[in-house]
Formats: sequence, C-alpha cells, structure tokens
Amino acid sequence: MFLRRTQMLNKSISELSKLLKTRQISSVDLVKESYARIESLDPKLHSFITIRDKKDAFNDAENIVIDNTSSPLAGIPFSLKDAYVTENVRTTAGNKVLDAFIPPYNATVYTLLKNAGGILVGKNNQDAWGHGGSTENTSYQTAHNPWDLERITGGSSGGSAASIVSGMVSFAIGEDTGGSIRNPSSICNISGLKVTYGRVSRYGAIAYASSLDSVGPMAKSVEDLAIILEAIAGKDPKDATSSQRPVDQYSLHLQTNLKGKKIGLPKEFFVEGLDPQCKEILLKAAKQFEKEGAEIVEVSIPYLRYGVSIYYLIAMSETSSNLARYDAVRYGDKRELFSPETMRRIMIGTYALSAGYADELYKKAQKARTVLIQEFDQAFEKCDVLLSPVIPGKIRKIGELINDPVQNLLEDLYTVPINLVGLPSLAIPAGFTSDDLPIGMQLIGKKFAEQEILQFGHVYQQMTDWHIREPGM
Amino acid sequence: MKISIKNLAQLANLELSSSQLQTLEESIPSVIEHMDEIKHLDLSGVKQTNAVIEEENVYREDDVEHSLTQDEALKNAPNTYNGFLVVPYVFEENTDA
Repeated sequence: MFLRRTQMLNKSISELSKLLKTRQISSVDLVKESYARIESLDPKLHSFITIRDKKDAFNDAENIVIDNTSSPLAGIPFSLKDAYVTENVRTTAGNKVLDAFIPPYNATVYTLLKNAGGILVGKNNQDAWGHGGSTENTSYQTAHNPWDLERITGGSSGGSAASIVSGMVSFAIGEDTGGSIRNPSSICNISGLKVTYGRVSRYGAIAYASSLDSVGPMAKSVEDLAIILEAIAGKDPKDATSSQRPVDQYSLHLQTNLKGKKIGLPKEFFVEGLDPQCKEILLKAAKQFEKEGAEIVEVSIPYLRYGVSIYYLIAMSETSSNLARYDAVRYGDKRELFSPETMRRIMIGTYALSAGYADELYKKAQKARTVLIQEFDQAFEKCDVLLSPVIPGKIRKIGELINDPVQNLLEDLYTVPINLVGLPSLAIPAGFTSDDLPIGMQLIGKKFAEQEILQFGHVYQQMTDWHIREPGM
Repeated sequence: MKISIKNLAQLANLELSSSQLQTLEESIPSVIEHMDEIKHLDLSGVKQTNAVIEEENVYREDDVEHSLTQDEALKNAPNTYNGFLVVPYVFEENTDA
C-alpha cells in the first residue's frame, strides 16, 4: 500500500527544490528513495529497461552544489524514455536490436537536464521505436498499470508514466509522435505535454517519424511540466528543425484569468465511438472552465475522420526510412529481431512509398495533411484552445490491443491529428470512471502557445484534485 | 491488387522466417485496406506538407568541431578490421577469378 504523503518524491518540483535549497533534505535522500521505490515496485510494473549504475547516480547526488542560483531541477531524480541516447548508459528504444547498444554521446534533452542538476536514475520501458500505445510492443516485458496491474500503462512512453505515478521518480522525459506522451499520461493519471514541433531539440532522440516526433516532459502536475519545459526548450544548433523562437518563463506565468477565453469542442470528436462516461467527464470539465469565465464553442474539423489513415501512411513511411539504418553494420543486431508490429509498420511504409503506390498513398496523405492544417487554423479563428478526449474508451486490459493490429491503430484517433499539424497539446487528469480508472483530456493550443495551454491546465488543477489521487498498489 | 509480402520484405531488407511471413501475410492487408480511404479523396490542387516548421535552409558556421573519435564511433560495431567497418557483400561473391 502506498503511503504517498510520507514519500518525498510525491512532492512537487518546487516543494522539493525549496527543501533541497534550505538543506532540509539532500539529493542523496531523494536518490535513495528513488532506488528503494524502484526495487520494491518495478518487479511488478516493469517501468524500467535499464537502471543506471547506483554509484554514478549517488556520485552525481553527492557532488551537486545546490544554492539559490541553481535550477529548480537541481538534485531531483528523473528518468528518460529509452528512446534518448545517454553516453555510456545502454539505450535500446525498447527492442533487442539495440540490446547491447552503448551510445557514445548524449541527447540534447539529457545534456540540458544534467546541466540543470537533475539526477538520471534509469531508462524507461516503451513500445519499441515508438510503435504502439500500450507498452506491450517491447522486448523487455509488458509494463503494468499501477492503477490495475491487469491493464496497460498506455504508450509508447508507458514506462515513464508508470514510474512517475508510482513515486519512483519526480518526472520523466517522454516522446510523442502520435500520442505517446498524452496516451500514457492519461492512462496513468499524470500530466504530459506534447510540445509544438520544433520547441524542444530532437538531437539524440531515436527517430520514429521525423516530421512528427516531439520531445516532452511528463510529471505529476502542470506546474512541474512548466518548470521542466523552461529547462529543455530552445534552439539547438544540432537540430536544424528546432525553433528559433524565444522560450517563455512558463512557470512564472501560470496564473491567469480565463474570462473571455474560448474553448472549442471539435464536434467530430464527440460522436459515437467515444465512451459515454468519458464524454460525460469531458463535458463536466468544459463546465468547470465555464465557471471560470471561459466560453464553450462548437467547432468543426472535418478531416479529423481521416486522421488515423493520414497519420499512419506518413508515420509508417517515415519509420521505414528511419529504421533502415539498423543494419547490424555500425551498431545493433540483425533486423529479424524487430517485433511483428514493427515489421508491419516498416513494410506498410515501404509499400506506401513504393513505385506505383507513392502518388496515391504517401503523397496524397501529405496533401490531406495540408487540408487538416488549414481546418485547424480555421477552428482556431473561433477559439483559443481545443478540448478533446485522449482515448476512445476504457483503459484496455493487457493483451487486447497487441493482438488486434487494426484496433491498436484506431485507439489513437484523438491524438494523431495533433502531430500531423505540429501543434502543442497538454494531457491532464479529468476524472475517474465508475470502476476507478483514470480518464484524461487534451487541451490543444495554437503553434508555440505552450504558455496558454499550461495556463488552462493550471487553472483546472487548482479547481480539481484528480491529479493528486494515487493508485493503492 | 495483391500485395506481395515477400517482395515488401525484400525491399525492406527483412529476412523473414516462414512463421514471421505468415503472421505478416495475415495482418498487413487489413491495415492497408483501412488506409485506402485516402485514395478516394479529391485533393487536386492541394500542395503536400512535408514539414511543419517555419524556418528554411538552416545553416551552421563552417567551423571544425569536435566529433567522435574513431574508437568511439566503432565501439558498437559488431565487426571491425583495423579501424574499418566490415560490411556484408553488396554484390554477389564472384568465384570465377
């Protein structure tokens, strides 16, 4: 049974930072708690693929100097989805092809967090290469949901979500190409942010679909996400697609008045196919925002109905190209170690790009993508943010999705369109079903409007306490 | 049109066992069928979106920077010889001299 209130790692980043800066606790205390939690709970959860050598983590914790000039992240244990290369720490992207891969360099996001004083404790389990929404498509044991061990954690950043909600780490960096931060965040009842494409450097992130991939924070609250985002966003000379736009001080501007703000509900998302309990919870959330002065408007984005097809044609094509590098020559083991789901995606991508089919499949999907972008732009003329579900129904039991390839893809319908258009989206807890399973919602913003969606999310988390609830394992 | 899973596997550099081949032959067609709806959309005159970024032609300074040493670059390679990567045959081995 969790005794969450006595666990230090369950406190917010700003609380921990205050305690560390005033020397009431030490970073070593936090790292000790992190490893103890991992050792006691991870045999059931499988949220980690690799635990960093304890002596290295303790070394970092012992040597760190935390004073008033330090980042709020200094001294705090965190984890990375195993899609981020970490020098001298094995990185697998969830698949046996890279089982023995020890990167010779660091992902930019890790370098930035290290420079801020964060302490890496391990690499999280994931659907291999990002291919999945359940953390079942992994070579390293299916991850289990702390809320119900027979259910999935969601994915592909499922290990990150499980390790945060179970108090093993304060926060993690996940990766979202079609929902892979938002899906597990909702399913595990934490907060996760898919940033605007280019807001955070992708250097060192093992690529799934390069025009869709995004690097983002996962944590227990919107306030935590804002603090982490400040540390990791920004131009990186090593990532030519990273944005030159300046980075806001997100955590300083979370308080806001929602009076006069408009929240759009895309009508194509609220039709049959969406579980009634989920719909009820989302409409209640909309009402909460109305209480704070916001206005709810209905918008229409007709091409949402093609979202899954457009996404998968593009993502599978891009992944077939990105995974061509794993040829067991410079690194990695043989390609036959790819899982059936990964092979399916590579082969369908190959098909969609092949002579005779590329025009009517891949290129057409890229045209449909243009229409979707235009429709989102038109919707945003009527509102400031969009409110949307994350998954269509109840959290699935382990085994349901991995054995049904078509259903596995359709589960993503609310998240994939956002990657196609490159917009930011915040996933936060919105309530619980009648059988105590978490339900989350998305707050989708205009390009580079991370500040705005974080504000909406922060207001919601001050009115509600869904995000404070914890699983009793 | 019948999709040859075997051909796709070859294009994708995947050597499949017969059971892997069977699993894929059974599961791939229904996924492709679902995505066929894109074929019927009228998108004449619409431009492709290849990227959703604002910047174009991002350059770096023409400065020599530290990169990986040869050892670092080779340390994960399964097969090396005198500081080189050993690669599989590209063409067939020619046994007539």
